[in-house]
Amino acid sequence: MTSFDVNVHYVTRVEGHGNLQAKVRDGRLEECRWEIPEAPRFFESMIRGRAYYDAPFVTSRICGICSIGHTFAAIQGIENAIGFTPSEQTMLLRQLLIHGETMQSHILHAYYLVAPDLVGAPSVVPLASSHREVVLCAIRLHRLANEWCDLIGGRTTHPISPVVGGWTHLPSAEALKGLRERIVSELPDVQATVELFKAVGVPQFERPTEYLALKLPHEYAWYGGEIASTDGGLTPLPDYKQKVKEFIVPYSTAKRARANRTSYAVGALARVNVNYDQLTPLARQAAETLGLKPICCNPYMNTVAQVVEVAHAMEDALRIIDELLARGIHEEGYAVTVRPGRGVGAVEVPRGTLYHEYTVDEQGRITDANFVIPTNQNHQNIEEDLQALVPSLEGKSTEEITLAMEMLVRAYDPCISCSTHLLDVEFI
Amino acid sequence: MGMKPKIAIFDFGCCEGCQLQIVNLEEHLLDLIGLVDVRQWREAMSEHADDYDIALVEGSITRESEIPRLQAIRRQAKVLVALGACAHTGGVNALKNQRPMAEALQTVYGEQASAFDTIPTRPLSAVVQVDLAVPGCPIDRTELVEVVKALLLGKMPALPTYPVCVQCKMAENTCVFDLGLTCMGPVTRAGCRAICPSFGNRCLGCRGLIPDPNVNAHKEVLAEHGRTVEDILAEYRLFGGAEEERP
Repeated sequence: MTSFDVNVHYVTRVEGHGNLQAKVRDGRLEECRWEIPEAPRFFESMIRGRAYYDAPFVTSRICGICSIGHTFAAIQGIENAIGFTPSEQTMLLRQLLIHGETMQSHILHAYYLVAPDLVGAPSVVPLASSHREVVLCAIRLHRLANEWCDLIGGRTTHPISPVVGGWTHLPSAEALKGLRERIVSELPDVQATVELFKAVGVPQFERPTEYLALKLPHEYAWYGGEIASTDGGLTPLPDYKQKVKEFIVPYSTAKRARANRTSYAVGALARVNVNYDQLTPLARQAAETLGLKPICCNPYMNTVAQVVEVAHAMEDALRIIDELLARGIHEEGYAVTVRPGRGVGAVEVPRGTLYHEYTVDEQGRITDANFVIPTNQNHQNIEEDLQALVPSLEGKSTEEITLAMEMLVRAYDPCISCSTHLLDVEFI
Repeated sequence: MGMKPKIAIFDFGCCEGCQLQIVNLEEHLLDLIGLVDVRQWREAMSEHADDYDIALVEGSITRESEIPRLQAIRRQAKVLVALGACAHTGGVNALKNQRPMAEALQTVYGEQASAFDTIPTRPLSAVVQVDLAVPGCPIDRTELVEVVKALLLGKMPALPTYPVCVQCKMAENTCVFDLGLTCMGPVTRAGCRAICPSFGNRCLGCRGLIPDPNVNAHKEVLAEHGRTVEDILAEYRLFGGAEEERP
């Protein structure tokens, strides 16, 4: 019977700091922990007292990779609090920008952070010479996503033009046509990505769990909707705290969450599991090629689900651009009338459902805020996956087991900077 | 090519968005990797070595335990570059300094507050000597490339000492004050090509103040546009909060 310890201080190729610990004695897993030592940053304390219109600018700084998602969760939460309904044009552009961020983040994760493991390399750096065409394909897709976000939002990281009430700057029809052509020209690279991930495959491991994602009646949900669970049931957004129950563990600065079971997962795999029928035709085809069917309980398949969502984001963006061009782009301003209230916003960001809740007073000052971050919702599920994974690797070397554990953590694409923003703790 | 400069990339309390700008260099990143030897970069690489000449450091110091780590980086690096607003000025992280630490901890962690290590946010320069800053939230990719090129040539790059207003005028933008917004452009260091006003929004002051800014004149302009002292302080504190706390 084997005895060994796994101790990974700062898992590499993830966003933020996380430690892995496992202790196996005589083939029995005595301890397995996913620790988050990331510095807490106190955003809920920072935002208090600031004007409502600063919420997107301040909270986008929670995360460099999903700053567009934080921007829109903030805008939606504030607009719900003050009772403002955005225009159809505003909503189409918001969805278009969310698709750009989804693509940017998923390509970054699938190629730069995960792919090196699948071909046995320590990072993308050696791949630049050993697999140059693969790296160039990744760069082309990543560059398109960045140009897309720069065009619509002013900047990919910490966008400038999306604000409470609408947009401070609108893309021209010419620019949208140009983006459309660029997206069409990159579709072959998406096909190549699907073929690549089909060829390399992912490790086999399954652990049934609960998956949560936003749901809308007529489209694959990214912005607002109700909270749907693979265990059944729909929860209206204002009641999110009844579904998402947060708790903390002493060895981690990040909060965790549970719903029906002891843990649940959010992210690309959860969305595909919940909203598979609403994928675009191209995305559905990619899912079939890659063998991704609901309900898939292999967490390593999250990266595959991200590839499927890249196809979805690009194809759906073409539809949105066509609709915007058919309607014509109109200056609408972004004026709002402030009334006091409480509002909840939720956006499917690359790593899962992001909730922002705000209370705004008569002067438009934020008096209270709460954020529930996707990675926090996944921490407990990651730890329970690890606890199930390690015994299944009996007979493997410590190096192989460590790699399998690191790969599992990476598959979730954890965003640890986000998860340690820290807010009011409610003891369950 | 045994003489390639050895670079390492580190992060402290931040969103890691500035490291993302390095990835966002796309094809230029491949060129860059050809010119330097990247010794460690936790976010992107599993390879790890502790001999490096240039340290690019992102993030603010927000915990006691981070101070020795930063000091060790300083001892090793010949050149230490503060990457982005959090490292350079404390960034938005310094907003937490507006409230007493005990209160912030209590609000966030409740009964378990004592278990967590947190100190008022400090920029890197409050802890160690910083040789150079790449300002901004996030950093500007073009400026980063220029800075790295200069360092590779053994030169110390110079940052603009004029305000964002200069670049904003060159971009022929409508003045943000005329749009009815307040703006930090008159006192904020240029170098961003006035990207926020170019997209119709106000300058948030993320690149820090220019040397000898005419703060009183700026406050007069802000007051002329009907802003209260509280509003003006809120503008200065968004990215400059740590300046108030500096010894």
